[in-house]
Amino acid sequence: MTALAASRASADAGARPPLLSVSHVDKVFGRDVVALSDMNLEVGQGDFISLLGPSGCGKSTALRLIAGLSHPSSGTIRWAQERKDGDLSVVLQEPTLMPWATVAQNVFLPFRLQGRRYRAVRDEILEALKLVGLEKFQNAYPRELSGGMKMRVSIARALVTRPRLMLMDEPFAALDEITRFKLNNDILAMREKIGCTVIFVTHSVFESVFLSDRIVIMAARPGRVIRELAVAEPYPRSEAFRTSPDYAAQCRAASEALKEAMGAHDDH
Amino acid sequence: MTITEDTRLQDATTPAALPADAEELARMRRRRAEKIGQWLLPTLVVLLSLVAWDRIVVINEIPHYILPRPGLVAKTLVEDWPILFDSLLVTLQITMGALAIAVLGGVGLAVLFTQSRWIEMSFFPYAVILQVTPIVSVAPLIFIYVDSKIAGLLICAWIVAFFPILSNTTLGLRSADHNLRDLFNVYGATRWQRLRFLQLPSALPYFLGGLRIAGGLSLIGAVVAEYVAGTGGIGSGLAFRILEAGYRLNIPRMFAALLLIALTGIVIFASLSFLSHMLLRKWHESAIKRET
Repeated sequence: MTALAASRASADAGARPPLLSVSHVDKVFGRDVVALSDMNLEVGQGDFISLLGPSGCGKSTALRLIAGLSHPSSGTIRWAQERKDGDLSVVLQEPTLMPWATVAQNVFLPFRLQGRRYRAVRDEILEALKLVGLEKFQNAYPRELSGGMKMRVSIARALVTRPRLMLMDEPFAALDEITRFKLNNDILAMREKIGCTVIFVTHSVFESVFLSDRIVIMAARPGRVIRELAVAEPYPRSEAFRTSPDYAAQCRAASEALKEAMGAHDDH
Repeated sequence: MTITEDTRLQDATTPAALPADAEELARMRRRRAEKIGQWLLPTLVVLLSLVAWDRIVVINEIPHYILPRPGLVAKTLVEDWPILFDSLLVTLQITMGALAIAVLGGVGLAVLFTQSRWIEMSFFPYAVILQVTPIVSVAPLIFIYVDSKIAGLLICAWIVAFFPILSNTTLGLRSADHNLRDLFNVYGATRWQRLRFLQLPSALPYFLGGLRIAGGLSLIGAVVAEYVAGTGGIGSGLAFRILEAGYRLNIPRMFAALLLIALTGIVIFASLSFLSHMLLRKWHESAIKRET
């Protein structure tokens, strides 16, 4: 039984053990730009949470706060257990690879910054590359790869430390739809294997329904959480889910919730 | 889970076995012709100018102490080689020494500048002042205050050469991808790690661009400083030989020394370009040949 299956079993029994809690977080830029207002989110171990909303709703700001790249103006973000090196990783919208380093050296980066030697972690690097299907390209340079492959390297780098929480900020927004579908399938398959919690920022309703078990819908001006939807479909999800009536129904529900979120904004 | 959609890498390396069409053939012919022309045309131009030079001197009966024939310059270069070669070594020494200090000083200052905004604000204006003040006007002062002639020459050449390295490297250290910066922060990189693994590699192409400029400038700095320093004796470089030959109306030797300085400049530029190509060819856009 994988780690994910274990946490899921407990989830079926009741709430999952907590990983991180965001409570009453505000973020104000300058003096008057409210990027995020009173955000609350309990992240359980093994959750796949999508933050879904129009641009300007503070979803990327929320992700940056959780990543520790900036700090809340008020409120707290707390890990249930103390956060260790390698517990947190990020995948950004751009692949963000170092052009001067080979694929393997890029994946090595999180370990290098922990002060570990390449030889000591070579197996982990190779395994992460296998997970994304790029083990043959470990000596290639990023410029030799297609957009989809670069993103896979970026994901391998995020997975290599076996993080407890992976933050993804619209990672597939710049890719074509075919590549994006494939990576959606692959990301779920990878998660089955290593069982980490994911917070995934997106503005695609379809992507969020296909991937996540919780969808947090956000609205803009000020950025805030409007409501949360659960996607009941059990994992592993396959291509069949994407064409099922159930999927269509869930997408409709999410779209309507999103419309409501936008409407709430119009009322202001 | 396997990947099947990404095969570009293989495609790029397998040669096409298909017969090329007319357009492709024309393109290949054009490229071949360009390759030959690249060498042939400049060589022809040089040869023609030498012939023209020679003819002008002969036809107008210009005396060799005004304008020597190219053959005489070549002969002088061979006959005076022992003197000229020693001078060349001196000039090269100053040039290389100044370039080395310029690299150390330029990169060192650039790193300091990017580590602390306050240091940059305090010192950058003076770097600019040092750069914009003509070296010919500063050099006499330097030779008054510095006893050692070699040290004076080095200082002059350094002043001329270090600025491009400083400003390019500072720009390069600043141009690290901001997404990568975020990533380094998420992974808890130290200041040293950020410098070593992110900023310095990002700055490398900029630094090498500055280095190519600085290579030529340090030669110019060395020659100009020597003109100002002027004194003869042991340790006299090419600029001194030119001055000396000028006083004695030994014009062929002036030309020979001039030729050596020009050649030195070309060799410096070519080797720095080669170094730059070798360091960047694997990953940087500037060094990558496009297939199409």
